[in-house]
Amino acid sequence: MNEILLETRGLAKRFGGLLATDAVSLTIRRGECHALIGPNGAGKTTLVGQLAGTLAPDAGSVLFAGRDVTAYAAHKRAALGLARSFQITSVLAGFSVEENVALAVQAVSGSSFRFWRRVAAEEELSTRALAVLRSVGLERAGGRRAGELSHGEHRQLELALALATRPQLLLLDEPMAGMGLEESQTMVELIAGLKGSHTLLLVEHDMDAVFRLADRISVLVAGRIIASGTGDEIRANPEVRSAYLGEEDAL
Amino acid sequence: MTSLLILEQCLNGLQFGLMLFLLAAGLTLVFGIMDLINLAHGSLYMLGAYLVATLTQASGNFLLGAALGIAATAVIGMALEVLILRGLYQRDHLSQVLATFALILISNETTRTLWGVQPLQLNVPAWLSGSVELLPGLGYSAFRLAIIVVGLAVAALLYLVITRTRIGMLIRAGASNRPMATAMGTDIKRLFTAVFGAGAALCALAGAMLGPLLAVQVGMGENILILAFVTVVIGGIGSIRGAFVGALLVGVVDTFGRAFMPTLLRHALSPAFADAAGPSLAAISIYLLMVAVLFWKPRGLFPVGA
Amino acid sequence: MTVFRRRHAWLGALVALALVFPQLAAWLGQDFYVAFASRVLIWALLASSLNLLVGVGGMVSLGHAAFYGVGAYVVGIVATEAPQLSAALIAWPAAVAVSGLLALAIGAISLRTRGVYFIMITLAFAQMLFYVFVSLKAYGGDDGMAIARRSALPGLNLADEATFYYVVLALFALCLYALARLTASRFGRVLAGIKDNEARMESLGYATFRFKLVAIVISGAVAGLAGALMANLNTYVSPNMLYWDQSGTVLVMVILGGLGSLWGGLAGAGAYLLFEELATAVTPHWQIGLGALLLGVVFFAPAGIAGLFARRRR
Repeated sequence: MNEILLETRGLAKRFGGLLATDAVSLTIRRGECHALIGPNGAGKTTLVGQLAGTLAPDAGSVLFAGRDVTAYAAHKRAALGLARSFQITSVLAGFSVEENVALAVQAVSGSSFRFWRRVAAEEELSTRALAVLRSVGLERAGGRRAGELSHGEHRQLELALALATRPQLLLLDEPMAGMGLEESQTMVELIAGLKGSHTLLLVEHDMDAVFRLADRISVLVAGRIIASGTGDEIRANPEVRSAYLGEEDAL
Repeated sequence: MTSLLILEQCLNGLQFGLMLFLLAAGLTLVFGIMDLINLAHGSLYMLGAYLVATLTQASGNFLLGAALGIAATAVIGMALEVLILRGLYQRDHLSQVLATFALILISNETTRTLWGVQPLQLNVPAWLSGSVELLPGLGYSAFRLAIIVVGLAVAALLYLVITRTRIGMLIRAGASNRPMATAMGTDIKRLFTAVFGAGAALCALAGAMLGPLLAVQVGMGENILILAFVTVVIGGIGSIRGAFVGALLVGVVDTFGRAFMPTLLRHALSPAFADAAGPSLAAISIYLLMVAVLFWKPRGLFPVGA
Repeated sequence: MTVFRRRHAWLGALVALALVFPQLAAWLGQDFYVAFASRVLIWALLASSLNLLVGVGGMVSLGHAAFYGVGAYVVGIVATEAPQLSAALIAWPAAVAVSGLLALAIGAISLRTRGVYFIMITLAFAQMLFYVFVSLKAYGGDDGMAIARRSALPGLNLADEATFYYVVLALFALCLYALARLTASRFGRVLAGIKDNEARMESLGYATFRFKLVAIVISGAVAGLAGALMANLNTYVSPNMLYWDQSGTVLVMVILGGLGSLWGGLAGAGAYLLFEELATAVTPHWQIGLGALLLGVVFFAPAGIAGLFARRRR
């Protein structure tokens, strides 16, 4: 429980004159559900990009599972077990839901440089894809085109894609974004079900969900982590309270 | 002596580059704002040259012929936009390639049918046929000099329109953020038609100026279309400034390659090989330039948008 | 089930026609059309190889003629420099290998770019190679080079048009089957996934660059085979085979036939060349008709000819 799975040291990213993240040092322990919160424009999206490998940091390093992955491209980090869901839904719109997940499963089950055998006939891929779909409650949507799903279903598929790669760390970028109350409830239940069996980094606006799900919370304000701790510690932190001034109801 | 030769080739490069800019400017705007790959852009250039040549012959006056030909090409261009190309904006690039390729076939064959297979003669007007002594020992064709003047004037005018006017602002917004420009309202349709007509007019202007130097014939559009695309890509799609820099680069590299490559090669290799490979190497140099630019700047020298 | 049967009926009829075509042409006194059929099949092979790249992988190349032309030149150069090696079993695989290696080099650089920039950089490479062959006076320069005779294949006389046709037909069928398998394989699904959403594929752990590069190499190698066959059909190669209008024509065939559809290459090449063949006989202004036809396809049959068939089957 105390083993560190992901660690950033002094991570910084500058866009022109704007310092989007500044000396961010964050640790995530294996098995915990860690939430990252912060007001709009705090640099959360930039930080997620730096963790996933789609944005190269200007300074600092990212350590994942005991390895320095700062120079690794996104696909290499993903192959090491750092899976992500996207804030703005990103699925293979032209594929069926099941094919989406089967492609995710395929990424972690043997080489994909196989040119002859029909992939649709590989039962272990579809079996595991169906199992993952069941775990996110999408088992009945398997045959539908991913582009035709509703917003809530898209988010579920996002989660399924990340889960199907059997990740060591799940990076969930605002999984509840744009959802209605009911859909949010479903998503919270889903994520709660992943706790314990998965290490989670949850980037989220929905404070109810964060305080319900997170073991620990880090607060990002103006590109810096101003506090890290349990829900109670964060609630009591005066710096956090002033950063969220006017949003105190949320806390 | 050599420095005079180099200076003369610089002027030739500038002259060709400016004409390329006229073509590339319209192409890059249509590309950047309407997201349309218009292979038929070269056809408008060909059509412009034919119309100017014919109208000049008919009227006996180059200026009048050019003015009428340019106006006619602009009208044809706008008609093309309204009737056919407008339906392609929302389509994928490949459909656009196929449709505008079809337009090339149609316009080439129509031109051949109307004007025949023989190249048309477009003569330099008498008052521009002499040469001007720029420096002692450096006489330069008055017509080429006129091309440079016109090219620079048009570039300056474009610059003013794009940076200082409301239409220019809309165009810039369109190139860097199409959804926003589209959201700005109904006159976007008319803006597109106007931009397209202006692009066609620039094509015809280039056709009128280059017609007396190159041959006015079917197929002239495709050869220069490739160069115009190279220019647009080097500069960065949607960027007028990029098109300008790219056009001058391509113009100078092309002209210098043609003028000096065979001679340079002859110093290093056998004359026979140099004469054979020289022109090819000159032609290759442009593509090499483009590959080099894209290798280091995969979205061109002046990438537009995020 | 009926769809399945009807599809097989179509396929059976097509294969039967292909098999008896030389006899049919001879019976009708139209022997000329045997060589024409070979030409259609070679273009179909070329178009099918490009369809893997454009239709399946989403990489629009306007430089495909480079691999085709280089494959043709390999056959021509071998025939001139080392006639003793001019056996089909040596020269053709050599053409495939050289084109594949070329595709590896060009692809590795071109894949730094995407979209329209990719279109233009592939065009640039093909144009450069065009000018290289124009300047190679030893191999005919811009006049091209004649090849003394077709490659030798043990037990077969390739100079006979019907025999040559059957060899081309067999190779086309083989390649098309292999492309069908490849498209339905793990690799093919990854490639299609990259076309759909490359960022997503990266985040799933796929090194998309490698998949795209392998697709370019396969596509280029098959195009090299098409070039080798065309050099044999015409017993002549010229730099024009690498010129950009050839790349454009084959791209038009692919879009016309049906992007990403297995039969798209054949349908597109067949329709294009047949139209050209028939219309030239009717009017010298046939290109206007072709233009109108292509415009019609864009506006009324966006999925190409293969798309029309798919819709009717439903």
